[in-house]
Amino acid sequence: MFWNNFDPEKMERYLDIAQSSLLPLLEGAVVYTLPLTLITFVLGLALAILTALARISTIKPLQWIARFYVSAIRGTPLLVQLFILFYGLGSVGIVIDPFPAAVIGFSLNVGAYASEVIRAAILSIPKGQWEAAQMIGMSYSQTLRRVILPQATRVSIPPLSNTFIGLVKDTSLASAILVTEMFRRAQEIAAFNYEVLLLYTEVAILYWIICFLLSLVQGRLERRFDRYVSR
Amino acid sequence: MISINGLHKQFGELEVLKGIDLQVNKGQVIVVIGPSGSGKTTLLRCLNILETPTSGSITIDNQTTDFSKSVHKKEIDLFRRKSAMVFQHYNLFPHMTVIQNVMEGPMIVKKVSKDEARKKAEQLLNKVGLGDKVDFYPHQLSGGQQQRVGIARALALEPKVMLFDEPTSALDPELVGEVLQVMKDLAGEGITMVVVTHEMRFAKDVADEVIFMDQGKVIERSKPIDMFTHPKEERTRQFLNLLQ
Repeated sequence: MFWNNFDPEKMERYLDIAQSSLLPLLEGAVVYTLPLTLITFVLGLALAILTALARISTIKPLQWIARFYVSAIRGTPLLVQLFILFYGLGSVGIVIDPFPAAVIGFSLNVGAYASEVIRAAILSIPKGQWEAAQMIGMSYSQTLRRVILPQATRVSIPPLSNTFIGLVKDTSLASAILVTEMFRRAQEIAAFNYEVLLLYTEVAILYWIICFLLSLVQGRLERRFDRYVSR
Repeated sequence: MISINGLHKQFGELEVLKGIDLQVNKGQVIVVIGPSGSGKTTLLRCLNILETPTSGSITIDNQTTDFSKSVHKKEIDLFRRKSAMVFQHYNLFPHMTVIQNVMEGPMIVKKVSKDEARKKAEQLLNKVGLGDKVDFYPHQLSGGQQQRVGIARALALEPKVMLFDEPTSALDPELVGEVLQVMKDLAGEGITMVVVTHEMRFAKDVADEVIFMDQGKVIERSKPIDMFTHPKEERTRQFLNLLQ
């Protein structure tokens, strides 16, 4: 353990490794972790909105499809889903590259979880808003676009930020299907120099810093959307 | 202007409107009173098809819609444009400024240009005494001011009939006057109005006729002075006595 037998020489070695591994780790973050997070969040959110709308629609088959989808995704482990997409499908000849497989897996996941957030946010908008929109002659889609979703957005920012930050960390699971994102880089470097604790601590701190910065963005977004609500 | 014939509305087993027949002439101000659960709000909401009647027909401004048959969505859209509603709880759009609230209908639904909609909205807001509040958000206004925005929003749709659903019931007492004054001014301009309210003073001063509803039926219809001094029906008398 590196905190036993303090030894200046060892200390220097640790600092050296921490420093030299920083760049590959950050590269993993910039090339894979962050793009994977952003792409899947955008796709997942689109999927979530569609799913939420299907759930609140009056068309029964749409409701069933949405319920089935949410239930299947929430009821199975993310890691297992990724394995099915990558190794499972690969074994029957449907070969998807690691990164696209991760994008599909994480998008489906975000879509299912965030759809419940969005559905709750839509249902939290008072019925009077629908009626006022109807009264001035808006169609269903106009009402959603101009009246309901803008207000639902405000309500859903805190829980969606949770989803987003959770997603940043979940992308480390992509290491298991060979995406060389930040955590996999750490594994690779540790396999080379055996400084496991050091590397994994370093990567943990990097995840923490990313999430901290994101929570600052969340605060700004909340303030921006709060301007029309009394406090 | 309005002609209601044999209007029924049922919520599941509950029959809320049990055959309403009613004519309203152009420019008339009709006040509807009655105990809660009498169906007066439902009647008003049927006029704007916020509730779809179970059967019967309504004519507004020469467009007749027969609800005994299935009604096409297009027809409902056209029919709805004949009237505009002022809600008890205002139902303003909280994420839009006052003037955006008023511009929304003309711009989005009637496809009026932005400049034109703005000009019109400014006029209307001046009219309801809120010319200096155009860029405020609803939550920055008092209840009375919000309700006046609600009236301006409804007027911006240029309806043939203005519907008021207990427009002052949610207001603090000291704010009721400013809203009633705006409504009084509108009545003076000859706009056809149907008002559900508990403000008997308003009914006496402004209404051309008062309608008393109870248990889904129109019980009595007469000039305010007759209604309040010697009602014909026993049920009307009981209700008015309770108010005093």
